[in-house]
Amino acid sequence: METFWFIIIAIVLAVFFILDGYDFGAGIIHLFLAKTENDKELIAKSAGLFWDSNEVWLVAAGGMLFMAFPTFYASVFSGFYLPLIIVLWLIIFRAIGLEFRGQFHFQMWKDIWDKSFGVSSLLLALFFGIALGNIVRGVNLGGVENGVSIYEGHYFFLPLWDSSFSPLSETPGIIDWFTIIIGLISVVTLAIHGANWIILKTNSSINGNLKNVIFKMNIALAALTLFSLAVWKTVSPNSLDNFAHKPYLLIFPIIYLTGLVGLFFIKKLKKDIHGFVLSSLLILGGITSSLASLFPVILPSVNSINGPLTIYNTASSEYGLSVALNWGIIGFILLFVYMIIQKRLMGGKVDKMDYGH
Amino acid sequence: MEDMIFYDRLQFAFTITFHYIFPQLTMGLSLLIVYFKWRYLRNKIEKYNDAAKFFMKIFAINFTMGVVTGIPMEFQFGTNWAKFSELTGGIIGQTLAMEGMFSFFLESSFLALFIFGEKLMGQKLHLLTGFLVFLGSWASGWFILATNAWMQHPVGYEILDNGKFVLENFSALFGNPWLLPAFLHNQLASVVTSSFVVASIGAFYILREKQTEYGKLFLKTGVIFGLVSSVLVAFPTGDWNAKNVAQYQPAAFAAMEGIFETEHAGAEIVLIGQPNMVEKKLDNKIAVPNILSFLTYQEWHKQIPGMDKFKKEELPDNIPALYYSYHIMVGLGTVFMGIMALAVFFLWRKKLYQAKALLWTIMFLVPFPYIANLTGWYVAELGRQPYLVYGLLRTVDGISPTVSSGNTLFTLLGFVALYMLLGLLFLVLVGKTINQGPKPQTH
Repeated sequence: METFWFIIIAIVLAVFFILDGYDFGAGIIHLFLAKTENDKELIAKSAGLFWDSNEVWLVAAGGMLFMAFPTFYASVFSGFYLPLIIVLWLIIFRAIGLEFRGQFHFQMWKDIWDKSFGVSSLLLALFFGIALGNIVRGVNLGGVENGVSIYEGHYFFLPLWDSSFSPLSETPGIIDWFTIIIGLISVVTLAIHGANWIILKTNSSINGNLKNVIFKMNIALAALTLFSLAVWKTVSPNSLDNFAHKPYLLIFPIIYLTGLVGLFFIKKLKKDIHGFVLSSLLILGGITSSLASLFPVILPSVNSINGPLTIYNTASSEYGLSVALNWGIIGFILLFVYMIIQKRLMGGKVDKMDYGH
Repeated sequence: MEDMIFYDRLQFAFTITFHYIFPQLTMGLSLLIVYFKWRYLRNKIEKYNDAAKFFMKIFAINFTMGVVTGIPMEFQFGTNWAKFSELTGGIIGQTLAMEGMFSFFLESSFLALFIFGEKLMGQKLHLLTGFLVFLGSWASGWFILATNAWMQHPVGYEILDNGKFVLENFSALFGNPWLLPAFLHNQLASVVTSSFVVASIGAFYILREKQTEYGKLFLKTGVIFGLVSSVLVAFPTGDWNAKNVAQYQPAAFAAMEGIFETEHAGAEIVLIGQPNMVEKKLDNKIAVPNILSFLTYQEWHKQIPGMDKFKKEELPDNIPALYYSYHIMVGLGTVFMGIMALAVFFLWRKKLYQAKALLWTIMFLVPFPYIANLTGWYVAELGRQPYLVYGLLRTVDGISPTVSSGNTLFTLLGFVALYMLLGLLFLVLVGKTINQGPKPQTH
């Protein structure tokens, strides 16, 4: 039952990053590449019409994590206190940017909220990557200093950074050179994904150029991926064991690779949706591969005194999990019905859709 | 420890207060939107449809604000109240996750469809989407109240040796005797807020002499809904809640009513007075004998335990704040009934639209239902102190063990700054929408 809820939450998280990921990515592209007012408006619209229904998935993921793995929820949310609250602020800033830019028609107003949208999208993509890096690397569970735990073994508190900026430190911080690499991978991936979304949903004047940009970013992504794999082994020596023991888990890295390789052919793709599907595979594969490499651990410990958090030592009672399954199934069926209805009515390019006037 | 808990509580109080400005409007407003849309389907008068669409615009702005200020609420259980989350997540995680699953998705999906899809769907489906938005927002209230009801009056749980609460009976969470009265009271209170908002915008249009046709419709609808809801919010639902508090949280009941000393027979009801915590009495008290006993137990001489009957560590830790919150809520509720009854009387005598003084009053009364709603929640939350889970888990034992007060103060300051900006932008945006009215001059 724990495994089952772990898979459900992983899927919900992946859906969240695929959906909200495209509007984060659109924000990054908007920040660096949108030059004319028409393009800026179109790109903002391609995110602005959808961000709130996408972020509901984050709320859902949070709620399910709370229900199914309360100890993990408590430990991680308090341990990553500052970055999490900063993420909340960025989410708010981004939302304000999207909702307010179209409300008044003078340029300075629009420029302010465009920057707010773009910069917070960029930082959020970076932070989410850094968060994933932290989960993969592990934390100093129990806050061990000189061989003694200062908290209960399943609690920790991470500073934003440790003076060494090294993932190999005994007390690693949230930002170190390894988590920065994962952060950059996240930024590039989401930027590619956002570019695909813009091509799919708008007729902006930069659409033609964006395919070039995706191609170049994909080269960078391939290089970053190789580099991160090389250092991953140093950061957590057993990272590949799971894949060796359970070869069927290799499906997840293969999903990632399919996306990565496929995107090199972006200029030859017949349909815009294909590019979007490939970058969705990147996100899906990236998240699931990281989680699969840890399973059943969900937060490794960097010290030898306190063991890691696993799905078993952080889960709710069996009864709670099985009751939740009953309503969860009903909930998911309803969800997919809503999604189909919504996609039917909001399909097609956004150029003509009404946005905040 | 002392300042840690202080900042944690202050941050939660601040962020939830700001957050609850928005859902309290959307829940009630969705009901009025469904009403306008339904009337339009019946009578085919265009202005009813315009009204539904206009208020859905206001709804959408509030919904956005509710989403962005709501995500921090969910996160804060983990960030600031980690121990509480760890111990009770197996139970309240259920109701909170169900809220995400059954109400947010419903609300956000169909809100977009209501706003963008009228032409595509036709009128009947458009009404249906409006109804689903209403259903989603009320379901959200239901699950949040179920969560809170469990904290006020825990049921269906078992406590393990390590202190963890585990779920023993899922359906008990929804059969909790605390839940239904609290839910109805809360939802009706949100109808009061939205009725006042609708009536206030109506009064504004009439007084401004622009779009007065809409003004009259809004005002009429607002005062009728306002009268019905402000009566129902007091009786039977408010009364029912007070009896629950008297039964399940007698210490909180004594504190909110301001009863310092138990009377031999028949407790008085306090109308005015300031708690004096040094001398343990009310200063400048005006009270009516025996009424409280009668209201609570329908017996004039039934004894009600005062605060002297409880140990200090069982009493709420901020008695004056609890007492004032309760009296402000009740006092405002009484004023609302009076004003709305007067307005409906004028409406019946066909004098409402000319009654300038009353229109001005209704227009400027709009902040007060918000205050009444918020103080109502303060009564619930301050009354539950010093516990998070009443009688079982103390507030001081629920905070995050690793987060220092310096960090919490930093984030609290950040939230204050950000929410001030957010509040300002919200007012500008709502002001602009109201100013344009249901039929904007341009386009």
